[in-house]
Amino acid sequence: MVTQVGELVCEGLTKRYGDTMALDSVSLSVPSSGIFALIGRNGAGKTTLIRILATEVEPTSGRAWINGIDVVKEDKKLREKIAIVPQEARTIAWMTPKQTVLSYLLWRGFGYGEAKNRAADSLARLGIAKYGDKLNRTLSGGTKRKVLAATVLASESEVIFLDEPTTGLDPISRREFWEILRELGKDRFIFLTTHYLEEAEQLADRIGILKEGKLAASGSLDSLRGTIRYQYSVKLPPNVQPPKVVEGEIMTGKNGETQVLTGEEEAFSIARKLSESGVRFSVSPVTLDDIFLQLDSESATDGDSN
Amino acid sequence: MKRRVSSQLIAAILVNAVYEMKNYPIVLITTVLSPLSFLVVIAFVSRGALIGQAIEGGLIMSMFSSGTALQGDLSHLKNDFKLQDMLVSSPASPQIYVLGMAVSEIVYTLPALVILISLVGIYIQPNLFQAAELTGALLLMFLTSVVIGFMFSTFSSDIVQSFAFSRLLSLLFTTITPVYYPITYIPLPYAYLAYLSPTTYVAEIVQNATGYLTLPGFLVAADWLILSGLTIVLFFVTAKKARWKES
Repeated sequence: MVTQVGELVCEGLTKRYGDTMALDSVSLSVPSSGIFALIGRNGAGKTTLIRILATEVEPTSGRAWINGIDVVKEDKKLREKIAIVPQEARTIAWMTPKQTVLSYLLWRGFGYGEAKNRAADSLARLGIAKYGDKLNRTLSGGTKRKVLAATVLASESEVIFLDEPTTGLDPISRREFWEILRELGKDRFIFLTTHYLEEAEQLADRIGILKEGKLAASGSLDSLRGTIRYQYSVKLPPNVQPPKVVEGEIMTGKNGETQVLTGEEEAFSIARKLSESGVRFSVSPVTLDDIFLQLDSESATDGDSN
Repeated sequence: MKRRVSSQLIAAILVNAVYEMKNYPIVLITTVLSPLSFLVVIAFVSRGALIGQAIEGGLIMSMFSSGTALQGDLSHLKNDFKLQDMLVSSPASPQIYVLGMAVSEIVYTLPALVILISLVGIYIQPNLFQAAELTGALLLMFLTSVVIGFMFSTFSSDIVQSFAFSRLLSLLFTTITPVYYPITYIPLPYAYLAYLSPTTYVAEIVQNATGYLTLPGFLVAADWLILSGLTIVLFFVTAKKARWKES
């Protein structure tokens, strides 16, 4: 297969641990620029895929290329251009943020002077320079995450893998972290996994959905909308009788709110009726949550739906 | 970009020794006290008769413990901080990583070594040949313990297990075995059991070199051969088993 600079390609990527199929023939092709978010339930295979692409784990079968470089056969060459912050990575307690970033750059082979300057720049870019000389163990969870992001930001890597980078952060820290990721995604390719659908929706140029080791769908949010049956959502407040729906699904939430998933034409027809009867409602294209839930309830389809 | 091997070595020394000692000075006291405490006890109990052997025992313990500490540190950084995962996905070389970590263990032990070497100068006063034999034996001991440490790091999957291994190795190979005292103090047939420990061979070499034990030349040569052979075998076994990335 011929692949080229500017794309990430997986072809039948499979990983088996004993009897467990962690990744089942995943094929994917996305531009290696901007931000790509991989979503899926726990155990869907997100971490396995990111670890294979980051050359940490060899696949059982299948191949993958990043910018034309084979992740298995040319792993040494690829490692010159990538960096990863693993899911359970932690800052080392007895070190400071400055020392953390500096040592990572030294391990990548930078000279001491350049590493020191890059570390200072990176911490400043992420707004954590003031914590530079404090011990990591005294920092908040959000700041520790930023320190880990600063290590990869300070490097020369063109592709950055982040495995669930905002798990455990409070909503404000998470939003601050999103700004950092947007910044990172301007001049590098960010491949991240996340549990937070809102995060993928807010940040990613393209999204992949993994289900039980298979790629259920991938593409931009708009193209993902095209892969599901109902593209529009009408939301009604509690205690409002939902209108009759010719084609669609009616769901009632815990708070009594009703959601109607349906096609564009019917959504606007419902909206017209509700408007005439003076009922408050909202109508919008389906969110990533809706897409994820719809795809999760359906059986996984092979290949890239992009 | 030109990548520097020296930078990768410095990184390991900084992370695993310098920063820890600089930011947590209490660890300096611990590393110094451990070998010195045995030395003091042996010196008092023997009323000074065994002070020379005890100083040499302190050196052996320091070198051996610094090597086996590698297994705890490698496991800790790999399993608890995911540092190895970050380095696998980077241009860092696995060989330089392990070499740097091994050197960092010596740096970590330097405060104890400085004190013990000073005591060697004061109490033992070895000549140049004796000093060279002492240094050679201790370096070989360090190499053996590094390989043992590296081998155990491939088994242990969490920090509790790693540090339990470290304590066990230290207890078996430097506290019980005739490191701080001559092997002739152990009654037969128990003395033969002592030869299950690599530290016994180095203690014999060191004690013989400085006149605390008199052994025939062929036995000293056998000590060197066994210690070197063990190191080479363990190195190949460990190198075959060790994995930088998962298959």
